[in-house]
Amino acid sequence: MMEIFVLAEHRQGQMRDITYEMLTKARELAEKRNAKLTVAILGNNVKGLAQPLTEYAGTVIVIEDPKIENFNSEAYKKILSKLITEHKPSLVMIGHTSYGIDLAPRLAAALNLPLATDCIDFAFENEAFTVTRQMFGGKVNVKATARKAETYMATIRQAAFTAARPATPVNGQIIEVPSSLTEEIAEKRFIQYVLPPPGGVDITAAEKLVGIGRGIKDAANLPIVEELAKTLGGVLSCSRPIVDKGWLPSDRQVGTSGKTVKPKLYLAMGISGAFQHVLGMKSSDLIIAINKDPKAPIFSFADYGVVDDLFKIVPPLKNKINESRTQKA
Amino acid sequence: MDIIVCVKHVPETAEAELKIDATGKTVEKTGLVYDINEWDDYALEEAVRIREKHGGTVTAITVGADDSDSTLRKCLARGADKAIRLTDQKFEGSDSYAIAKILHATIKTLHFDLILCGVQSGDGGYAMVGPILAEMLNIPHATMVKKIELLAGSAKINRELEGGLEEQIEIRLPALFAVQTGINEPRYVSIMGIRKAMQKEIKLMSLTDTGLTENDVGTLGSWIRPEKLYIPPVEKQAEFLKGTPDEVAAKITEILKSRGLI
Repeated sequence: MMEIFVLAEHRQGQMRDITYEMLTKARELAEKRNAKLTVAILGNNVKGLAQPLTEYAGTVIVIEDPKIENFNSEAYKKILSKLITEHKPSLVMIGHTSYGIDLAPRLAAALNLPLATDCIDFAFENEAFTVTRQMFGGKVNVKATARKAETYMATIRQAAFTAARPATPVNGQIIEVPSSLTEEIAEKRFIQYVLPPPGGVDITAAEKLVGIGRGIKDAANLPIVEELAKTLGGVLSCSRPIVDKGWLPSDRQVGTSGKTVKPKLYLAMGISGAFQHVLGMKSSDLIIAINKDPKAPIFSFADYGVVDDLFKIVPPLKNKINESRTQKA
Repeated sequence: MDIIVCVKHVPETAEAELKIDATGKTVEKTGLVYDINEWDDYALEEAVRIREKHGGTVTAITVGADDSDSTLRKCLARGADKAIRLTDQKFEGSDSYAIAKILHATIKTLHFDLILCGVQSGDGGYAMVGPILAEMLNIPHATMVKKIELLAGSAKINRELEGGLEEQIEIRLPALFAVQTGINEPRYVSIMGIRKAMQKEIKLMSLTDTGLTENDVGTLGSWIRPEKLYIPPVEKQAEFLKGTPDEVAAKITEILKSRGLI
């Protein structure tokens, strides 16, 4: 019988959303193919986290070891190598998260199993394992086929699948498996979590955000958009490249590695709309995007779009907003 | 400290409109500007900074055709001491796994204390080469690296998690670090640097030089084979506001007003 394996991702006693997203998709596939669904959770004192997983999976493998109190890709690689070799699942699903990126390629190389990363969809079609993933920052999709193997591996993009609890819980079985780690991983040692420095501005509290991206071109152009934000009574936020360049502090960053915002207005300027950014702002009440590329992914998430140079739009926009205020007064 | 930096020559596509070519397996190259992969740019800068502080050498290495030389020249101009280009028609169609094998075959013959590369490339975006290469070399690795502090025989690094959170990890050297954008501020290349770089040698190596066989590389040696590229279907499309900048600005203002936002 075909078996699908999902690696549960958790941190500091919290299950991460990606786990339920993967389980929802895996459950669907398992039902279609009459396959067995197994989820593995590795850590220390994680039995409490394992219980909710029984709603989705027939088997929940719990491997507890004080040596993996915190995530360690090398420790995970060793434990999972043994588990995968024993179970020979048809598919191993791991989140395409910071943890998954550190673990999956190395685990795949150790076992020489074909791995496709950052998948937004996948299927078993005519004896072949095919995946859908994105290239060029989300501007192109690619359908790819994996080399034939007994076990395939895939890392799954966050929010590619929507998590949904099964209508009828599976009531799976929790199985405790002893850890196969014989010693601490001396060459790679977790020290501590480092919290982001407290920011001066809380963009999550702002009702109106002017979000800027690469299209801003130069730090010298910041005052132009800053003034627009001020005119609107809003706050300036940005996508990752702006923080990377040091043009705005990291507390202004919207996206998976920054903040998730839900303002009444998100004015996206020169932001192409890579999924990492979109995940942080797509729930905004009103999204207006200005971008030169008519095919920019941001236009699939915006309510209104303008295909133009943002520097041509901003000055008249500022004037019109000011005028409309004067009329009101 | 001898450092190897793995780089890739990629098209800049952040603001370009892409078209799929006739084969359906890649994008149309005409009109695209190529440069060093953004993530690798940060890796190179980090390598040069470490060398400036601790001494040693920086070797830039890439797998690619002739045009990749411009990226290697950029590395040399920015401070790399040596450059190697692995090139062979047989390498075409290689996925991340095959690329890692090609890099491994060469890097295992070199002395190094540290290997740096970018987390991912701007074209394929697989984020795989680094950790696979580390496994093949049997050295520890870390990805999503936002900070590197060298200690005696080890390094203290920060890895980016989600939502601004990082984790601090100590890793024994030699090690491989896949760096995340924003770890530093890559420097501009001086005219002097460019001139000097033009005179430096780029060492070329072919399939035979790597000791690998045809079956190890290209499509045959890969895990993943792209079948079809396509522009993502649009599920929902914004309502486009058209007209002169003045007209567009007026329309946006009307929308904001009707929603009570101004």
